[in-house]
Amino acid sequence: MSKEKSDLSRVVWESGLEVKPVYGPADVEASGGYARVGAPGEHPYTRGIHPSMYRARPWTMRQYSGFGTAEETRERFLFLIKNGQTGLNVAFDLPTQNGYDSDHPMAQGEVGRVGMAVDTLADMEIAFEGIDLAKISTSMTINGSAVPIMAMYFAMARKRGYPLKELKGTAQNDILKEFIGRGTWIFPVDDSVRLVGDTMEFCAKNAPKYSPVSVCGYHVRESGANAAQEMAYGLAIACAYLEHVMARGLTVDEVAPGLSFNFDIHGNIWEQVAKFRAGRRLFASIMKDRYGAKDPRSMQLRMIAGGGGGGLTVQQPENNIMRGAYYALISALSGTQTMALCCFDEAYTIPSERAAKLSLRTMQILMTEMGLCDTVDPLGGSWFVESMTNEMEREIQKILATLEGGSGIVAAVREGRVQAEVNRSAWERERKLESGEVKKVGVNCFVEEEEEHAVELHPYREGEAAKQVQRLRRTKETRDAKAVERTLARLRAAAAAKENVMPATIEAVEAYASVGEVCGVLREVYGEFKEPVGSWR
Amino acid sequence: MTAPNTNRPSPIKVLIAKPGLDGHDVGAKLVGRALAEAGMDVSYSGLKRSPEQIAERAQIEGVDVVGLSIMSGAHLPLAKSALEALRARGLAHLPVVVGGVIPEHDREPLLALGVAAVFPVGTPFEELVSGIEKLVSSRKSTRAAP
Repeated sequence: MSKEKSDLSRVVWESGLEVKPVYGPADVEASGGYARVGAPGEHPYTRGIHPSMYRARPWTMRQYSGFGTAEETRERFLFLIKNGQTGLNVAFDLPTQNGYDSDHPMAQGEVGRVGMAVDTLADMEIAFEGIDLAKISTSMTINGSAVPIMAMYFAMARKRGYPLKELKGTAQNDILKEFIGRGTWIFPVDDSVRLVGDTMEFCAKNAPKYSPVSVCGYHVRESGANAAQEMAYGLAIACAYLEHVMARGLTVDEVAPGLSFNFDIHGNIWEQVAKFRAGRRLFASIMKDRYGAKDPRSMQLRMIAGGGGGGLTVQQPENNIMRGAYYALISALSGTQTMALCCFDEAYTIPSERAAKLSLRTMQILMTEMGLCDTVDPLGGSWFVESMTNEMEREIQKILATLEGGSGIVAAVREGRVQAEVNRSAWERERKLESGEVKKVGVNCFVEEEEEHAVELHPYREGEAAKQVQRLRRTKETRDAKAVERTLARLRAAAAAKENVMPATIEAVEAYASVGEVCGVLREVYGEFKEPVGSWR
Repeated sequence: MTAPNTNRPSPIKVLIAKPGLDGHDVGAKLVGRALAEAGMDVSYSGLKRSPEQIAERAQIEGVDVVGLSIMSGAHLPLAKSALEALRARGLAHLPVVVGGVIPEHDREPLLALGVAAVFPVGTPFEELVSGIEKLVSSRKSTRAAP
């Protein structure tokens, strides 16, 4: 009856690819064959970037966390580490992310709310006190103000005796995606890209094990892009940064190994798997064929994946526990290097300890009980998966072609063209959700009349925000004001001369110049980004 | 798409605004578009607008209603300062609605501040459209009364 009818009706993924009811060897041949599948750990890395993947090294577990002051955040870090987490992923509050100090008028009501408040090096020192930076690698979700925050992390590490040459970790620092979605931009597009270039150049020369950029398809997808667009825009953004630093005279093999990626998982399971496998091999080909990479590390797409905030619902929040587990499964089946899950209460609030631990346990169950680490790319060779990987690769290439292979994305973002595409996709998806064409449990099917939701809200403590402002004042009073003035003047000169601003920024933050002061100097020199008018729909 | 509504001489003018520092604007833009498709005249403030900037824009454009979109959890302080800024410009009569990640237990405190309606994430577009139409028409009829 109705089941049979729906089985025979068309199945089309969000990215526009159509799925047949049955796949066989002929379908793989018709879609492009096995030529680009290869072996794990070998170019083009369709099956994964390491020959033995999780058998040699399971994925890193790195829940996004941070709120309130550095003290509160450190407590959460220690809780997660105690419960078996193997890396940290720092959330900063909105004033920090937008380059304002906690006492700025725009910071009102926002200090410590969605992440940890950082004004000066003093906060960074407190947050990581007693955490071995050589054992626990740290990823920082920081973009618009990445320059001072990375500088503070480096200064803190150096002060504690960790040489920069050995320091591992990641900064998100993908400013182009902030213009497309998420919005923590500060400076105009071209200046922003140059700042990313400064961090890449600085790390290539001084901190070669540190990943200065994690290119985020994630937030592009969260803003409405489909899976193919997510991967295409992500690859394009990576190309833009690379070309920028290569124009400074660096080689692809000096900078590409420092690039990593952050991708989203929600929606159709097979579409995600095809996206990751196709994206991995496209990246490898682009690096090798277009940029002449020779170092295998330059061609390996390393990623964090597992979260999919856009897939979670405020309705029936416990359902998000199941969604998180499936996203984790997809992530492991797709060969991710690092995993972070969205907690079930995250559509509402800063995750509770209980919710954060549940996410961690979800990953640990997959890793230890379910056999996800047994063998590499378990879905490889499936007629269906290989066919769709081939088709997805072509779909991503089609989108890349609209951006001159990727290089054109800076102009497209500056003019709001990417934003318009993504907004269009968001609207289409929303219409389909409203009409019921796309199903979402608890939203447009299996809907329940709900009482107050069973989610405990994270308290926002005004007192902690006041404490943060006090600490900032105290730091400003006790620091060497002359040193701050001198180093900020040097930063201003470097920025105006378009020299690399990282060395001067590190000096400034070592003198306890604040995020707001460093970004203030850069605002004076560069001005602020103005959103392109009319790109909102 | 935007066929004029014969019941009303001019379309309802709405300003969708993003106060504070929260950069999540997918919802704001979708709502803006849904209201526009329903025949309203919609403008969008862009991100990170101060209360004064929002009030100024509402005044210049002569809007009938202001929608604040807030996903960061800072809806209470942000709505409060936006209402104050509107009041300071003599726009206390302008209905202000709030959308975003708004926990149920913050609905009453928002209304107590003077917010006219709250539309949390998950509110169907239809409900939004009719809610805003009702707000604006009731205000217009009150003002028309002698």
